[in-house]
Amino acid sequence: MYAQMVDTGVQRVLDAAELEGDERRFQDRIDAGIRVEPEDWMPESYRRTLVRQISQHAHSEVVGMLPEGNWITRAPSLLRKATLLAKVQDEGGHGLYLYAAAETLGVSRDDLIDALHAGKAKYSSIFNYPTLTWADIGAIGWLVDGAAIINQIPLCRCSYGPYGRAMVRVCKEESFHQRQGYDIMTRLAQGSEAQRRMAQDALNRWWWPAVMMFGPPDGESVHSAQSAAWRIKLHSNDDLRQRFIDQTVPQAELIGLTIPDADLRWNEERGHYDIGPIDWEEFYSVVRGDGPCNRERLAARKSAWDRGAWVRDAAAAHAAKHAGEQK
Amino acid sequence: MSLFDHVLSLGDNALILGQQLSALTGHGPVLEEDIATANIALDLVGEARLWLSLAGEIEGAGRSEDDLAFLRDEIDFRNVLLVEQPNGDFADTMARQFLFDAWHEALLAALCASADPRIAGIAGKCRKEALYHLSHSAGWVIRLGDGTAFSHDRMQQAVRNLWPYTGELFEADAGGTALIGANAGDIRPLWRQRVADTLARAALEVPADRWMQGGGRRGIHSEHMGRLLAEMQHIPRSHPGARW
Repeated sequence: MYAQMVDTGVQRVLDAAELEGDERRFQDRIDAGIRVEPEDWMPESYRRTLVRQISQHAHSEVVGMLPEGNWITRAPSLLRKATLLAKVQDEGGHGLYLYAAAETLGVSRDDLIDALHAGKAKYSSIFNYPTLTWADIGAIGWLVDGAAIINQIPLCRCSYGPYGRAMVRVCKEESFHQRQGYDIMTRLAQGSEAQRRMAQDALNRWWWPAVMMFGPPDGESVHSAQSAAWRIKLHSNDDLRQRFIDQTVPQAELIGLTIPDADLRWNEERGHYDIGPIDWEEFYSVVRGDGPCNRERLAARKSAWDRGAWVRDAAAAHAAKHAGEQK
Repeated sequence: MSLFDHVLSLGDNALILGQQLSALTGHGPVLEEDIATANIALDLVGEARLWLSLAGEIEGAGRSEDDLAFLRDEIDFRNVLLVEQPNGDFADTMARQFLFDAWHEALLAALCASADPRIAGIAGKCRKEALYHLSHSAGWVIRLGDGTAFSHDRMQQAVRNLWPYTGELFEADAGGTALIGANAGDIRPLWRQRVADTLARAALEVPADRWMQGGGRRGIHSEHMGRLLAEMQHIPRSHPGARW
């Protein structure tokens, strides 16, 4: 998802009976549905895992501004330009809430950004794919934001208070983003032959990366089990993926687009769609840094940061000169 | 200038500056500025839509805001040259924004008294946004001017480079400005005062008035404009009649 394969740093999930003292009381509170707040005691591994998860999420929002920002200057109508600007602005805002939520865990935004630029922190694999036509803006809103909502709605109930509360607001905005994306796709699908081709091509390129966003099947993962015990991951990757597929396939049919999966079938017995094999090699290579745009995305972020250094220095110098002055 | 051209000019200024700022989204010096830049671009594109829709209505030839934005040639754009100057670095962007905002807000304030309720209505709505833009850009002129030696020099150079494009803001209009209810020349003293005050707080010099560039409002633009329009217009022009 926006946070994929988050390392919890644990080797094995301990049963409640094996925990003692503070750890036992902490787990009991989580099991009772009581939220953890910044001032509460928490295990160091919980804190570190949340920093990883929330900062990955924040980085994803900020890096995610780039592929969509690529089309603001070329949006084909003034209304679409305004809507896309508002959406990308929202993503910057999500990044800001999330960095602030991470900071409640005792880290600084600058350190988190340094880790991103140093290649030590991850962001969602999805933003390493290129936006080649206007229809990609529709596909991202519809599929990527659609997938994000499915992942993030449960996180509104996660155990860490500042993260859960940030998710409430983020989800409201993501829902608007998803609808504007689907609206773009609908318009294209009902448009000229060239527009329909553009829409189908975008769906062809974005479908599998969106399906992979939920991460690999996690049944066997110790990290997923630990995150589930801590209630910072509330459903398995496969459950969320299935929800996304079941929701999205009828939406594609409704506007006459074809999901690029020859094996896609409704399974009456399961009450879900079955899909063809997922190319996890592609996913892992994108996560490793070998996706189509990994280098460009990171270089763009670093370049903006480095080019802005003198601006930040100037603001700090000005503030220091006037510290203590009454406004 | 006809009423149509006047209103078009208001729309084109907002559209071209909004287009320029929108190219910066995601590339700012700090996340808060990415959000601010996108927000200001959004305000300006929103303002452009209002003026261009009104221009289309005044013209009465059935042209929509999008027809006017995407299907006009460069020679028919009525924006001032200032807004089409390149983004440059952050000092260039903020100097351009400040010189524009200090004028834009004053112009909108004057237009609030227009006898045409459509013009007064749009001006009233957009003026509130323009006040925020001015406060933001003036803040950065001061921070950079009064920041480090490097930022001071960058901001001073940016203001100097853009100064020749400020004269056009106040060019008297043949055909009278009574049409829209604001006289460009009347706004000049307020603009001048704002610029002098802010540059003083920024420890920057007000450049001397020398030769001023002009022509944008008559459709004679700079070399930057062609590329800007090519990028902005290419999709609608590649798909005539398509709806988006």
